[in-house]
Amino acid sequence: MDLSYGEAAEAFRKDVRGFLDSHWQPGERRGAELKEFVRTFRRAAIDRGYLYRAVPKRYGGSEQPVDVIRAQVIREEFGRARAPMEVGGNGVNMTVPTLLEQGTEEQKELFIRKTIEGDYIWGQGYSEPGSGSDLASVRTRAELSPDGTKWIINGQKIWTSQGMQSTHMFMLVRTEPDAPKHDGITYLLLDLDQPGITRRPIRQMTGEQGAHTFCEFFFDNAETPVSWQVGERGKGWYVSRTTLKHERASIGSADGLGSQFRKLVDLAKEVGRIHDPLVRDKLAEIEGRVLSHRYTSFRLFSCAAAGEDAGSVQLMMKLLLTEIGHEMALLAQDLIADHGLVEPEGAGGRGPRGVRGPNKWLDQIMGSLGNSIAGGASNIQRNIIAERGLGLPRDGAA
Amino acid sequence: MRFHLTAEQVAIQDAVRGTLAECWGMERLHRFADGDTDFDADSWQALMALGIGALALPEADGGAGLGLLDAALVCEVAGAAAAPGPLIGQIIGAIAVANCANAATRELLPAIASGEAVVTLALEGDLVQSARAAQYFLADDGAGGLHLIEAGDGVTIEPLAATDRSRPVSRVAFGTVEAHPLYPAGDPMVQRLKDAALVLIAADSLGGAQHCTDLSVDYAKTREQFGQPIGKFQGLKHQLAQMALEVEPARALVWYAAYAWDAGLADAPRAAAMAKAHLGEVYTRTTRAAIAAHGGIGYTWEYGLNYWFRRSIHNRAWLGSPAQHRARAAVLAGW
Repeated sequence: MDLSYGEAAEAFRKDVRGFLDSHWQPGERRGAELKEFVRTFRRAAIDRGYLYRAVPKRYGGSEQPVDVIRAQVIREEFGRARAPMEVGGNGVNMTVPTLLEQGTEEQKELFIRKTIEGDYIWGQGYSEPGSGSDLASVRTRAELSPDGTKWIINGQKIWTSQGMQSTHMFMLVRTEPDAPKHDGITYLLLDLDQPGITRRPIRQMTGEQGAHTFCEFFFDNAETPVSWQVGERGKGWYVSRTTLKHERASIGSADGLGSQFRKLVDLAKEVGRIHDPLVRDKLAEIEGRVLSHRYTSFRLFSCAAAGEDAGSVQLMMKLLLTEIGHEMALLAQDLIADHGLVEPEGAGGRGPRGVRGPNKWLDQIMGSLGNSIAGGASNIQRNIIAERGLGLPRDGAA
Repeated sequence: MRFHLTAEQVAIQDAVRGTLAECWGMERLHRFADGDTDFDADSWQALMALGIGALALPEADGGAGLGLLDAALVCEVAGAAAAPGPLIGQIIGAIAVANCANAATRELLPAIASGEAVVTLALEGDLVQSARAAQYFLADDGAGGLHLIEAGDGVTIEPLAATDRSRPVSRVAFGTVEAHPLYPAGDPMVQRLKDAALVLIAADSLGGAQHCTDLSVDYAKTREQFGQPIGKFQGLKHQLAQMALEVEPARALVWYAAYAWDAGLADAPRAAAMAKAHLGEVYTRTTRAAIAAHGGIGYTWEYGLNYWFRRSIHNRAWLGSPAQHRARAAVLAGW
């Protein structure tokens, strides 16, 4: 085994570093000026082949051959320089890959460039009040207009991240009420700026509500052109599987976990508990899992670079990350002790954020609960590991 | 960048697995478990014929020129089979002798590398595997130095009713003995060899935990209750998923510890401590979960899961408990 990336990658790293040194100098820019600077920077980074590598040039990407090592070097160097990478969000992580695989030429032309430049923000219209883990039971329906040119949508969607800012939505709707549940669904794109759509923020358990939290959508004869349907009518469930795959691949992050663990060690120091044998034992126990996750990501990365299948361990990464998050939350809660009786200034919808002490861990303590739900609930993950990973008989819920 | 097994490494594991399948099935294990010996010559010779004693030695020393990682992969398979014999002692003994500066001690290498002379570990405590079969005891002298002590006069061996039936231990006391010097106190190789042993124990635990998970999954697919395979019930399914979630990610932790040792990385001692501690926990939890997942059959002697449970008790305590290694890891991190 060898954890170095090799000479070619190191030469490439030098190029990336040189580019960042000369192009990422945001200085004192703020507000609109900074936004414009970032936009120009991203264009230059695309020209160099650093961003949107899987997106063809004609849609605004840099169209690079698949090379996970180069992609990793780019992530590391941009991270080190604190330079902005791709705009992120559902649009880049889900809409763009789905359109690249299954979209029509018209859809690719219409949406991809605007999405990667950050002009279009996409909300996910999957879950409904009655359709959570059993997503294929969606009841929001779409019917063709009498002239056959438009889908007319009625129903409700929920848990849409960034919903209040979204300009567009990709959604699953029922178009064939008499077909078996997986075969009666169509995948539609939708412009959210139209009458017939009402959105409402959902206040979450952290107390927050607003631009960055969830919202729910009500559709009352909302419309979208038939040409904005992705894939065949009735095949939307299968179109959505591409999207979920992309989402899962984008969740796990060993570097993020490692840095969170180091902050937990810092917290133990800050509150004067680092010499407590029980705390040291618990930290080292958690670190055993943190490192298992980290080295397993190396393993997955190595397999991907070699074009080999890593096997069932891929299915475990999300649940592993979630469970480590819970353990860290429990230790953090003990460490912050009385500090946790008071929320950080401005937290929970109490106004602008201010000075944050050890109680800032309340964010992680509550956020870790969200991780066991978002992107496939933990019990669904266990079904997936058992059925697809271990080959146990299906019970229809994965 | 490479952090997964090569085709050659997979082939090594397959060869060891194939050899053990031939010479170390459940019937042999049962017989050995109720016997009164602490060594099985047939399986030992079969494993040594594969060159395992010399696997991690340089080619100049008649070895395969591979590393601790490859040795760990072998120990993983041995752990899965609950193989008898002081395999870890033999591998560590060969590395110790091959790297030692004393020319007279180095002359013992051919017999050790070939497995003809059996080496067992007598480090930290007086309970020793396969003591009656051993020709050499790799022992610390209480002052920080390492020696290879010859079996014979001055070595007292008291066989014990060992909990781990696959690797029976004896209580060993050294009187006035003949000792071949290996490393003086303060030599970095002393800690390095202990680290290597920790990694190999972790690998044995990994193999055992994987085996118990595999058995449980297979059983859940075939055992029927309430008119269906029990593996279809979500309660059991989730327990099995949880076992896999314990074991599979831990594999890379063992790989990293072995790789760090081979590459001489600064964090190698800490990686060994983390691997030993974590796999000790994983093995304990997995064997307990496996017996629970099987129900009544898992609690029988005949089915044999108890051998791995017993081996997990041995591995957990051997050369330091998980809590002891976590405490070391905390110090090594500078917390």
